[in-house]
Amino acid sequence: MLLRHYFRAMKGIVGRELWRFVQQRERFFSALVRPMIWLFVFAAGFKSALGIAIAPPYETYILYEVYITPGLLGMIQLFNGMQSSLSMVYDREMGSMRILLVSPLPRSFLLISKLLAGTAVSIVQCYVFLAIAWCYGIEPPVMGYLWVFPALVVSGLMLGSLGMLLSSFIKQLENFAGVMNFVIFPMFFMSSALYPLWKLQESNEWLARLAEYNPFTKTVELIRFALYGQLNIEALYYTVASLLLFLFIAIQGYNPSRGMMNKKKGR
Amino acid sequence: MGASGEAMIDSMALSVKALSFSYGPQAALSGVGFDVKRGQCCILLGPNGAGKSTLFALITGLYHAREGRIALGGNEIKKASYQALSQLGVVFQQSTLDLDLTIKQNLHYHAALHGMSRKQAKNIIQQELERFEMFDRLNEKIRHLNGGHRRRVEIARALLHKPSVLLLDEPTVGLDVPSRQAIVSYIHGLTKEQGLAVLWATHLIDEVYPTDQLVVLHQGKIQITGSVREVIEKVHAENLQDAFAHLTQKEGS
Repeated sequence: MLLRHYFRAMKGIVGRELWRFVQQRERFFSALVRPMIWLFVFAAGFKSALGIAIAPPYETYILYEVYITPGLLGMIQLFNGMQSSLSMVYDREMGSMRILLVSPLPRSFLLISKLLAGTAVSIVQCYVFLAIAWCYGIEPPVMGYLWVFPALVVSGLMLGSLGMLLSSFIKQLENFAGVMNFVIFPMFFMSSALYPLWKLQESNEWLARLAEYNPFTKTVELIRFALYGQLNIEALYYTVASLLLFLFIAIQGYNPSRGMMNKKKGR
Repeated sequence: MGASGEAMIDSMALSVKALSFSYGPQAALSGVGFDVKRGQCCILLGPNGAGKSTLFALITGLYHAREGRIALGGNEIKKASYQALSQLGVVFQQSTLDLDLTIKQNLHYHAALHGMSRKQAKNIIQQELERFEMFDRLNEKIRHLNGGHRRRVEIARALLHKPSVLLLDEPTVGLDVPSRQAIVSYIHGLTKEQGLAVLWATHLIDEVYPTDQLVVLHQGKIQITGSVREVIEKVHAENLQDAFAHLTQKEGS
């Protein structure tokens, strides 16, 4: 009976997030426009500037568009993770987070369901983007579309839990601009999303080192390999480890007796 | 009255004992304790900043207090939060509805959080909305409802899972007089018909019925508890208005 309660609650939380996503058309649109600009404009401009050598998982020379596609999938999930954390800060200020938190199931379960919900939304975005990219001539193997699914689940959860962690520490909505500057941009640019790490190494040794340990790099590599039907086991371990760490801290942040919320002046 | 302590707690729908809480060095509540019985409407009166919202955050389990205990239907919130929270319905001061979703979607979401099946939820949603004559608006988005109707949806939502205790945090703020009166009399009706225990935070004296219990909170401490008549007698006031003014002006802030 209790198990059924868990199941229904999770279904409700994921369903609500998907409904909200579908009903907020602007959000759907802008979530797609961002990676498309990168793909159609940025990649077109950089095509000739950047030569990509053959490196796994690719077996032939590839176009720059092909290279950055997995990175853009990561970007969709990164933005989505941050956006749902933004909505959590907003929800907390507005109170609808409270409706979730006063329901009887354990808080950690509710938060994990919320993460799954955000991840589900990001995966929908990713597949729509992949479909557009396919029309543009970026055609990974058919099996890749299947294998990328579990990779997107893991990476969506990891980036979502990072967002949740941030949301438990951010006191007010206004502080969110800082997240853009200090989290999203460094994470995205200091990664293998836009250029392979060896390119970065040629120009700056320690930047390359930082990028190598950036969880976003690992998650992009996980997606990249999965999209070509391969498993990058090291990237998987690293992403899962980051996921568990971020999730653990985030749940602490929302813990009613120990959490950061205690220290904030509620209204 | 007169029964031994432990048995007393169990028979109470809501029991708060020796509760203290502080934000850093600043004490928000100190030694707060009171009970609400089934079928009773208890008005938590206090000026802004008295600690009402903090008390609500503690009763809803949003924070945990290090000192004191809160029990809902005999289940302590820290130890048996599932049982305790299952019995609780809440209407928060700020609206907590999803504006872009319909009434139906908002209510089904809440029902799912409380583990109700789709079918069960459907029936109860119909019942609760019909009481407010709002069932025909089931598929309207919240964004298109006025303040009074949004409040009604929130009250219906708080009652979906058949709680035994209903908390209302200044639910009539910003509403017009007819809407306010409708909500005040509706809630009082629920205590009589369904034996619901209600804790209603407000600073508006005219929402108090003569039959209500009062808890007056000021600067994080309980000033007085009792029925309306008892409170007026105890402070030798003419009416409740005077009593409230008297109780919340001493050691002025």
